[in-house]
Amino acid sequence: MVHGIPSSFYFALSGALFTIGAIGVVTRRNAIIVFMCIELMLNGVNLTFIAAGNMLNSIDGMIFVFFIMTVAAAEAAIGLAIFVLLFRHKGTINVDEINLLKG
Amino acid sequence: MSGIGVITPLFQWAVFLVSAVVSLFASIMMVTRRNPIHSALWLIVAFFSLAVIYLTLHAQFIAVAQVIVYAGAIMMLIVFVIMLIHLESEFVRKRKLSGPKVIGAFITVILFLEVAAAVLAGGGKPAKAAGAALTGSVAEVGNSLYGKYLFPFEIASILLLIGIVGAVVLSRRGKD
Repeated sequence: MVHGIPSSFYFALSGALFTIGAIGVVTRRNAIIVFMCIELMLNGVNLTFIAAGNMLNSIDGMIFVFFIMTVAAAEAAIGLAIFVLLFRHKGTINVDEINLLKG
Repeated sequence: MSGIGVITPLFQWAVFLVSAVVSLFASIMMVTRRNPIHSALWLIVAFFSLAVIYLTLHAQFIAVAQVIVYAGAIMMLIVFVIMLIHLESEFVRKRKLSGPKVIGAFITVILFLEVAAAVLAGGGKPAKAAGAALTGSVAEVGNSLYGKYLFPFEIASILLLIGIVGAVVLSRRGKD
């Protein structure tokens, strides 16, 4: 008889996704790709919340994921507006060349 | 509730393994592609396979929200901005594997090994079997969201409003 999937598999998968995203944040220099990698890291965390909620038989994990999605949506709107503004201002979105807070 | 109960564990395993492999492969492709558009499309694939994994965890509402919010709204915005900012320089520039990048990636892999060790030390308690009391249906999530979590929900709406206003204010062409 085959049993259900252990929670540790889900946790390992979310850790792997988080790591891939973190490697992308560290190694890539295009601001939009860095942003996408952060979204991937958020998804890894979401998977942890859902898997833990399922393991503990609680709905709170899903509520947390709902709020994380809200924050991610607001972050996407603001962040991408900032990228467009930076590109207009400096002509690049390479994160190594964006090193001044002053405009 | 009734439909998901008849799914056999073997089928559940097959769905989980396929979507896990697809999501890992898609995210690796996302990180390594040079063209940002290709990265964005691979990230959409990863989001879809994660939605399937949420379904294996009985989180139907979150799976649908994942497709609508992440794969729909956020990725549409990202692809739109990528096309708005044409990045010729990214293709010209040779990608070099500098020391700091290698060190950073190495430290991140150590982070993953730590997480994996912690997970495996916790033991493999199986996730709740199919047909358990909890299903993340819209009704249950909604009950919790509008009951116990009503105040955070309202705060989230204010956060979204601030996000909209901030995006409009930022992307408006400056008068000065």
